Amino acid sequence: MADENNSADENQSEQVSDTGHSWDGIRELNNPCPRWWLNSLYLSGLMVLIYLILYPSLPLINGSSKGLLGWTQMTEYKEDLAEIEARRAPFEKKFSAMTVPEVLADQEMLNYVTASSKVLFGDNCAACHGVGGQAVEGLAYPVLADDDWLYGGSTDQIMMSIANGRQGEMPAHEGSMTNDEVNQLTQFVIDSSNAVLNEAGKALYMEQGCYVCHGNDAKGITEIGSGDLTDKLWRFSGDFEEVRYTILHGVNDNSDPKTRQAIMPQWNEKLAVMLQAKANAIAENQDPRMLEWNKVFEGDETERLTESDIKKLTIYVHQLGGGQSLSQ
Amino acid sequence: MSELSKKTAEKNDAVYQGASEWRLNTGGLKIVAKRMVGRFRTLKWLGMLTWLPFFLGPYLRWNGEQAILFDIPNRQYNFFSITLYPQDIWMLSLTLLFFAILLAAVTSVAGRVFCGYFCFQTVWTDVFTYIETKLEGSTPHQVKLFNSAEWTVDKFKRKAAKHTLWLLISMLTGISFAAWFTDAYQLWYDYLTLQAPLFTWVILGMFTAGTYILAGFMREQVCFWLCPYARLQSVMYDQNTILPSYDEERGEPRGKLKKGQSQQQKGSCVDCNLCVAVCPTGVDIRDGQQHGCITCGLCIDACDTIMDKTNQPKGLIRYASHNEIHHATETKSPYKRPRVMVYALIMLSALSGVVYGFSHLSPTEFKVIHERQPLYVRLSDGAIQNKYTVKLLNKTKEALEIKFGIEGLEGATLHNLDRILVEPGQVVPVTAFVRVPYEQFTQTISPIVFKGKALPDGALTVEYESMFMGPK
Repeated sequence: MADENNSADENQSEQVSDTGHSWDGIRELNNPCPRWWLNSLYLSGLMVLIYLILYPSLPLINGSSKGLLGWTQMTEYKEDLAEIEARRAPFEKKFSAMTVPEVLADQEMLNYVTASSKVLFGDNCAACHGVGGQAVEGLAYPVLADDDWLYGGSTDQIMMSIANGRQGEMPAHEGSMTNDEVNQLTQFVIDSSNAVLNEAGKALYMEQGCYVCHGNDAKGITEIGSGDLTDKLWRFSGDFEEVRYTILHGVNDNSDPKTRQAIMPQWNEKLAVMLQAKANAIAENQDPRMLEWNKVFEGDETERLTESDIKKLTIYVHQLGGGQSLSQ
Repeated sequence: MSELSKKTAEKNDAVYQGASEWRLNTGGLKIVAKRMVGRFRTLKWLGMLTWLPFFLGPYLRWNGEQAILFDIPNRQYNFFSITLYPQDIWMLSLTLLFFAILLAAVTSVAGRVFCGYFCFQTVWTDVFTYIETKLEGSTPHQVKLFNSAEWTVDKFKRKAAKHTLWLLISMLTGISFAAWFTDAYQLWYDYLTLQAPLFTWVILGMFTAGTYILAGFMREQVCFWLCPYARLQSVMYDQNTILPSYDEERGEPRGKLKKGQSQQQKGSCVDCNLCVAVCPTGVDIRDGQQHGCITCGLCIDACDTIMDKTNQPKGLIRYASHNEIHHATETKSPYKRPRVMVYALIMLSALSGVVYGFSHLSPTEFKVIHERQPLYVRLSDGAIQNKYTVKLLNKTKEALEIKFGIEGLEGATLHNLDRILVEPGQVVPVTAFVRVPYEQFTQTISPIVFKGKALPDGALTVEYESMFMGPK
């Protein structure tokens, strides 16, 4: 070193070395990369080697090399899934021990159930009933977000509808009524919805036996799912022609090819049978806990959704906007 | 060789000449900077002291908890009695903006002050080289002799001591960093009992290796070739920025001072090279402003001592702007410039924003989200119903019981929402319905205000304006 204090210029005063290549007086200078820079380049190369050994990488004839760690996307996915399951486990455990009313009263569980059933609802229900229970537009599926329930809006009734499915029936009247009568009844139904008195229509309603299903007060009967004709909401449409069509061709009346189709599939027969047996027992003043389940379950049992899923969906649907209290 | 080639060759020779004079340290040369006392050396120590809070801060306690804690798992930042949540992130943005502009402002006034006095690379390197010079020698010559000497017990001891100290500082750096994100005392306990989770060990390993390599071996190479701020700050200079500058006019022609000879014939510079010897990045300030200069001013200290010894006025190397050195007629104050004022304005705004944020911290975060699908539903009696999700985040340290109500829409009634209990740090989403009888429904979209007050005394109130929708 030229000066013991001066540390900066070692070998720098010499000519820059070249590679010995020269073309037309242009020399190729030799300015190698800094050592530390080269070292980091070699290190990154080493990283590639380590990666090749540890992870699946080399394409072979039957798939890729497996790597020492045995890592696959699938195992990682399964681990993540297990983590999610583990996080849900305490909630699920608590949920399985709770009754529906208990969940409705517990805000934290209610939030868990609502959040976790959103996907369930989207997968199984939204295709007809809409993402928010508003029913897919133009296809006349029942709206779940309002307070009008053909089969009742209590959690028990909703659970029954999901588990067992629903298929109401209204006979076609094309052959049994004159055109005038159909028009008159149509007007009566529309007037009822608007709270307009229609004496003649009411008389015809009673005469034609509509009351058998829709009730003397035309408010419908929950047990058989006949529509309430006096409220503002329509199962299909409040348009004159549409109401007329319903009276003419009925609902689910297979004798009329033009009949309206309205079928809710059953999602768990086993659960439905169980619920029905319990309901029957209660109606007959028996203790539902004393039921002999072996006898109750007979024939095929389908389980498209588990009991827990249906319980969740019941709560979800009940929360959509029109759930009725349990006493109703 | 043709005539043209000859001309090219001549031109090239000039280029080669330039290239051979171009000094470039790409790490092949170990810088051993001479350490001297002086004004700027003291300033540097003071600047370095600002890193003490980094090491000591995590051990402060406040009400039985860590005073300053970046609690990432719980998504909150505890600052003494204040707790900040992700919703307050804008204050962090403003704080960062403040410091970014502060860097720009300081750099445009006085150069790379950050690099020279505060940067962790500078500070840690300075501490590491301090240890090295104490153990291996304080001049390049001594260090060279030490390193080329035969291995003895003494040499081994000194080498071992150096690396042990370096590693200890590196580990302390890593632990101190980690301590800001978790309970500091528990962290030490976990480390010392080897019970720390793997992630914590990885953090420690990365920081230890990073500090050890960057401050122990890479040193000025980081400033030269790795650091983007070094390049970024260089473009913030202008001709009025004051920088450590060599007064070429006064100093040249430089030359050694001989006994009895007066300095009259020569410039003030006695070519002692002390300014180069003390430079932590090994640059020669007499070559003018250059990318290796971190503006630490240590060459000013060195030159002033020589000027004293040679009975010349101090300040051959001094903090001066380009304009001042070159006697420009328009020498402006480094402060009274539009860009500095604009920087100051931005900093003031950012700071006011942060002060406002801290003084107006809301104890809650209240939101009402209107259901999108469906926007509204008709009920069997004809009424219009809207669905909302009400979310209340409790930022206080106590549980809050809030009673809700609605205002601002005639005939509207609130259902499914009365009072909710929110635990501290929690947010409880609740579904609420608002109904308006059909007769009282007037327009497609109406504003509606959700109000809540904390029970029992209603000292705390929250409000959110949402909307009520219906058919056209």
